[in-house]
Amino acid sequence: MDKTIATVGEAVAEIPDDAQIMIGGFGGSGAPIELIHALIDRFRATGSPKNITVINNNAGNGGIGIAAMIKAGMVGKMICSFPRSSNAEAFNEKYLSGEIALELVPQGTLAERIRAAGAGIPAFYTPSSYGTELANGKPTEEFDGKMYVRERWLKADFALIKGQMGDKVGNLTYRLAGRNFNPLMAMAADKTIAQVSDLVAPGGIDPEQVITPGIFVDMVVQVADPKQEEVLVRTGVIH
Amino acid sequence: MSDLNISEVALSNAQIAWRAAQDIEDGSYVNLGIGFPEMIAKFQPVGRDVTYHTENGVLGFGNAPLEGEEDWDLINAGKKAITLNPGASFFHHADSFAMVRGGHLDLAVLGAYQVAQNGDLANWRVGSKGVPAVGGAMDLVHGAKRVAVVTDHLTKDGKPKLVEACTFPLTGVGCVTRVYTSLAVVDIDGGKFILREKLPAMTLAQLQSVTCAKLHSDGKIGDLVVPEDL
Repeated sequence: MDKTIATVGEAVAEIPDDAQIMIGGFGGSGAPIELIHALIDRFRATGSPKNITVINNNAGNGGIGIAAMIKAGMVGKMICSFPRSSNAEAFNEKYLSGEIALELVPQGTLAERIRAAGAGIPAFYTPSSYGTELANGKPTEEFDGKMYVRERWLKADFALIKGQMGDKVGNLTYRLAGRNFNPLMAMAADKTIAQVSDLVAPGGIDPEQVITPGIFVDMVVQVADPKQEEVLVRTGVIH
Repeated sequence: MSDLNISEVALSNAQIAWRAAQDIEDGSYVNLGIGFPEMIAKFQPVGRDVTYHTENGVLGFGNAPLEGEEDWDLINAGKKAITLNPGASFFHHADSFAMVRGGHLDLAVLGAYQVAQNGDLANWRVGSKGVPAVGGAMDLVHGAKRVAVVTDHLTKDGKPKLVEACTFPLTGVGCVTRVYTSLAVVDIDGGKFILREKLPAMTLAQLQSVTCAKLHSDGKIGDLVVPEDL
């Protein structure tokens, strides 16, 4: 089995209009910038994929990554916990002018909804958001004297994630705190596309060190010297 | 409010953080909310071994790195660069919030727009305008053994933040166990504010007059005394 793909452009070539896409990372840590930019490049060249729903903790920063996707006009909806970042003008403008929809989800609920989808659990109960406006319309139930809110799983058509090491069967490791949502999203999407810094031969990752087993990954593309979103934002780079 | 000028006696944020830090127990796992609560780590008493948790999947982080030595893959929930202490660990977001909701943290400290006498907290938005953002606040208020708030006693325009019932959108219901303000330390128990400490410069009546719910007492009320030079 060889899941490797030669280029990021080929890796994202099949993503259609209206797709729901999970994008890994928390802020700039663990964000698959090259995969995102390849998707933007395709949209600019062909007009597709458009009307994308993006699932990420945030809603982009500066003029690169998810912010650049939004600015390019290819995102119809964001599902996230914290769109109001320090440098989130791209999202703010579109949101306040009604050009982009927002589903706001508490961060832990977002993570668990994604995990649940990957694990085949259609719904679960959480104390988070009980009694708040984010629980409006959701079923509630008491367990052992405390109230909980029922939340549904959250699936996606594609996940774009970033690993540190990867092999051709899709086993992945992550760098530092760049792990965050990446392993969860890998499990929850129909098709998971991973960019990795180091593409190694099978066995090159000690099985004891594998974080995401290859069964959750469909494509692996090497980006040997990946850009770091925070560094790009701080240096004012625009994609 | 007779002749006492609140702004002259009120504690600074650093002094509130110092007071909150005195209650962090040796051997505890602690999450400090983004912004003001993060300052508490600076005043962690010497000799106490505390492990800090951050929502994006790090346990056991230390100080900020020197400028120029940041690795932006190593950040906290506030997107600030951090360093690791010996014994640190990484984990994914679902495990991170399992630590939160699963009752594994000893203490979470957050900021507040309003705290109600029944422990309700409002700290994520003040109205329906602008771009809403909740982050991990609604998760953090559930599960930690103690959920504390650090805050000014009054808003910038002089309105009490300790109230009978929150008027701003709620972050969580009945979740706060202790509040450290610029004027007092108040516990929440049985749907009531229980005053533990107040500034010696204020009388109980003066403190009550800037608090929008009854302050109860179940014993001695201590003096809220902090270092001057923070």
